[in-house]
Amino acid sequence: MEPLAPFSVVAPTSLAAALAALAEPEARLVAGGTDLMVNLRHGIGAPRTLVDARGVAELRGIAAQGGGLAIGAAVTLAELAEDARVGGRWPALAEAARLVAAPAHRAAATVGGNLCLDTRCTFYNRSAWWRAANGFCLKHRGSVCHVAPTGNRCHAAFSGDLAAPLLAYGATVEIAGPAGARRQPLGALYREDGAAHLTLAAGEIVTSVQLPPQPLPARYAKARARQAIDFPLAGVAVALGMAAGKVAALRVALTGTNASPFLLAGVEALTGAVPDAAWREQLGKLVQKQVTPMRTTLLAAQYRRRAAAALAMRLAAGLAGEA
Amino acid sequence: MPMPPEPMRHFQLNGRDCAVPAADHALLLETLRETLGLTGTKQGCDGGECGACTVLIDGVARLACLTRTGECEGRTVETIEGQGVAGRLGRLQRAFHEKLGAQCGYCTPGMIMAAEGLLRRNRSPDEAAIRAALAGNLCRCTGYVKIIEAVLAAAADG
Repeated sequence: MEPLAPFSVVAPTSLAAALAALAEPEARLVAGGTDLMVNLRHGIGAPRTLVDARGVAELRGIAAQGGGLAIGAAVTLAELAEDARVGGRWPALAEAARLVAAPAHRAAATVGGNLCLDTRCTFYNRSAWWRAANGFCLKHRGSVCHVAPTGNRCHAAFSGDLAAPLLAYGATVEIAGPAGARRQPLGALYREDGAAHLTLAAGEIVTSVQLPPQPLPARYAKARARQAIDFPLAGVAVALGMAAGKVAALRVALTGTNASPFLLAGVEALTGAVPDAAWREQLGKLVQKQVTPMRTTLLAAQYRRRAAAALAMRLAAGLAGEA
Repeated sequence: MPMPPEPMRHFQLNGRDCAVPAADHALLLETLRETLGLTGTKQGCDGGECGACTVLIDGVARLACLTRTGECEGRTVETIEGQGVAGRLGRLQRAFHEKLGAQCGYCTPGMIMAAEGLLRRNRSPDEAAIRAALAGNLCRCTGYVKIIEAVLAAAADG
């Protein structure tokens, strides 16, 4: 067994206590541990203290809020997938939760953890000795990105599934930290940098995510090597509203292809039109232009680009057909 | 510098009270196998990718390689060693034996515990439910068909 560097664990029961614990040097937040524990075992990070989020009252539960829903960051993916309100009105989110990893992961993994998932790369998610033998990498301890050695940025891909449907539904996140609490669009939680993809300041945590009311009909799908356990090679959420046979509203969000999940830009040009084969081709082209998969997985980047486009076209066709 | 003594952890293990020393950073897999000598729970990938270390915590399938022992405080933990009753095989063990659901056997404890978790909440699962429940458990021998037949047989066995 690879040795785990010693750390101590604190289990606060209030948000104030959790934030105080996180203000200590070398403290890290942990919930289900399905991402963090693996990285720690790979020698990525050596926190002195883990702050267990799951007992924090303010982070728990799913509550109705102004016609929408507020989902606590410590809600597990299993709880999210089984929630009747989520499944009934925000099915793409339930679908994304159901498609994460496998049941034993979903019983532990949380909404906050999935939103703040570390980025992934075939040169990064490796044992310490493997990475050491390769001179480490730009994301951790090294100076070269093995994916794009001539560049000076990290291309590790964000692979959380929930972010895509949440972006498509127009979700916001609430963040708490030493400077107080704030609410912002989910997209502002991320930046396109594989080595620093979260915009959270030191000591800040995501406390909840808010789903606005009156969601558009939406679906989520992802491509992956195996249909269980694996992270997405490309994940796509499409929200599409029809009126009089034409596309009245369209939001497309992607994950697994770039260093951050993102909303597809330029979809306005696709509204007001009949979603026929030519329309779908246009959508596919728009996706292919904006996804920037690199060789961070064992599959070719071009495959992931085309898979993302194909999934977007397929989901849009399905939603247009149902309307 | 001498290490501080490891705190005692208390949980129900296979139906019995258990008190075991474990540091905050100790993983349940280590504690089960190395401190308690319960080597039925297998160490596979050490990264949550294979399911070989699946145990039940409060009746729900969890991965012992990603779970800290301290998380189990006051809870129930069940491992493959709790499947047999008075020296007799449990229904899943018997079904895996009779239906040839085990070949090399390395994935079998995890498979059986994941299946046990399923049967607790669904007494008569169909094949799709079994496939979904075992989706995180890798087997490189059987091709899964015999494993699914074994779980179906165990469910029919009541």
